[in-house]
Amino acid sequence: MSFLQKNAHLGGLLALAVSVLLAPRFLPNEYYLTILIVGGFHVLLTVGLNLLMGFTGQISLGHAAFYGLSAYTTGILTATFHWPVPAGFAAAVGLVVVVAWLIGIPTLKLKGHYLAMGTLGFGVIVFIVFNEATDLTGGPSGFTGIPKLSAAGLVVSSDRQFYYVVWGVVLLLFALAQNLVRSRVGRALRGIHTSEAAAAVLGVDVAKYKVFVFVLSAFYAAIAGALYAHYVTFISPGTFSFHTSVQLVTMVVLGGMASLWGAVAGALFLTVLPEALRAIESYDILMYGGILVLCMIFLPGGLAEGFRKSAEAVRGLFVPKSPSEGGKARSPR
Amino acid sequence: MASASQLLQYVISGVTVGSTYGLTALGFTMIFNTTEIINFAQGEFVMLGGMLAVFAIRWGGVPLPAAVALSVLLATAIGVVIDRLTIRPVRGRSVIALIIITIGVSILLRGGAMLLFGKDTYSLQAFSGGAPILIGGAALLPQSLWVVGITLFTLLGMKFFFDRTISGKAMLACSCDRKAASLMGINVEAMVTLSFAFSALVGSLGGVILAPITLTSFDVGILLGLKGFAACILGGMGNPFGAVAGGVLIGVLESLGAGLLSSGYKDAVAFVILLALLFVRPTGLFGKRMTERV
Repeated sequence: MSFLQKNAHLGGLLALAVSVLLAPRFLPNEYYLTILIVGGFHVLLTVGLNLLMGFTGQISLGHAAFYGLSAYTTGILTATFHWPVPAGFAAAVGLVVVVAWLIGIPTLKLKGHYLAMGTLGFGVIVFIVFNEATDLTGGPSGFTGIPKLSAAGLVVSSDRQFYYVVWGVVLLLFALAQNLVRSRVGRALRGIHTSEAAAAVLGVDVAKYKVFVFVLSAFYAAIAGALYAHYVTFISPGTFSFHTSVQLVTMVVLGGMASLWGAVAGALFLTVLPEALRAIESYDILMYGGILVLCMIFLPGGLAEGFRKSAEAVRGLFVPKSPSEGGKARSPR
Repeated sequence: MASASQLLQYVISGVTVGSTYGLTALGFTMIFNTTEIINFAQGEFVMLGGMLAVFAIRWGGVPLPAAVALSVLLATAIGVVIDRLTIRPVRGRSVIALIIITIGVSILLRGGAMLLFGKDTYSLQAFSGGAPILIGGAALLPQSLWVVGITLFTLLGMKFFFDRTISGKAMLACSCDRKAASLMGINVEAMVTLSFAFSALVGSLGGVILAPITLTSFDVGILLGLKGFAACILGGMGNPFGAVAGGVLIGVLESLGAGLLSSGYKDAVAFVILLALLFVRPTGLFGKRMTERV
């Protein structure tokens, strides 16, 4: 029992793995597979961003820039310079990590609003470069001819294969994040969120951890970006605009700050919802704004908190309310 | 190499556009001074100023001066509504929550404008005549004089308000210490609402005087807001004169950058300045080095 409890997170991970394996069997057609693949990119981005926002309490409004920087780097290296895909992929992720580190050191000295504006400014600059460096990026009309994902002679050609690759990566990086937040590092990050001064007094190297988590969240975005480039094989600046950065923040907020499962739920929900609401497409911009405002006012813990609260409410219906029983039901020994 | 008259031309258009950045920055300053919130929806007030005036003329058929007044009033009312509906319920929450809410509000305003007015770009007629005045080989639009004049007037008005009126002093007191201000009988909530109203007023005024020079559309708010913020940082956060000076400086640098280097990267200039400043001197050119308020 105690082993099960201690490793409850493994159960969740296993459940996720099983659903990933089984999901394609229940999909009516290939179109839904595409949505799930895009959902996978969003989950990667959101889990990474949540480590930064939810756990550490730092905000990035330029995350789409890391996503795009990685996609363009591997795209240009493999299509224009004919690098093999794994080399392009690795170079893209490496470049983003270095850029995030360089940006992170000065930026994370900034607090709150300044950090938000600093990352936003970075995002806008990168977006402008994507649009203006036409020789390299193809400018506003986009960049074509990126090869499909491949390694050691194996090409990931079908959507179904790609689905398993993406979600395999998601599972791996999700488990990594889960371990991280349960570790000493995770506690340090949460400490920084609660009070930087208190964390510092307790011996947490605040600056080091902030840069570390910033780079890590950029790393998640870079993996998503490189996968994205080799999946769609055509990229254009619009995908990596400020609007995308806001969408990612919305996913984190909706799912619930400081909840990895919330990040998964938020990302998938906001991937599927616009598809379901195709009929009222032009209203989706209002939807993001509405979700951000309403969530922050009424449900600051996002879906994760909403789920927990409703689960408790349901439990409350069945368990008679006596203090001893209530305590028992909540933490069985 | 650019000739002297060309340079003069760049400076003139830079000062003109920069003045409106300055007005946006003033809007940021008003809210920041009372609440320490950076209002990410500030740029949308600028957009609303221009768009509402355009559509007051198109739909309502009102003359230009009435349209200008109407759009500024409407935007101000929207500012008050935003404070009441979205800021007041979460007062006292973390900075990140407030950032997210004002971003949400900015998206709602932008999306609302898109649905209401469409995605086209519109122009507003100039306030007085379109014939440019020639100075030393450079053309000066009469509208530029309006822009600079109104900006200076607003700045002086703000100085008067903060130095000489009881409400202005009350607002400053709120920024110094909210609790002490409230103990002295200042209605802090009302002051915050007032700061949102003023900030919307100043922002939309900037939007409406800029619209005849640059075109306006539902999505001009993001960049204008960001540049306004860059102006704030450049001038030192919370300092009204610094804000306007920062705006003018960014406008001129941007205009010179566009003319001498590359027009495609024009919009990047403000952000490179913003990042460089944030990294090197976050208190701005005219700001004092501050210790963190606890």
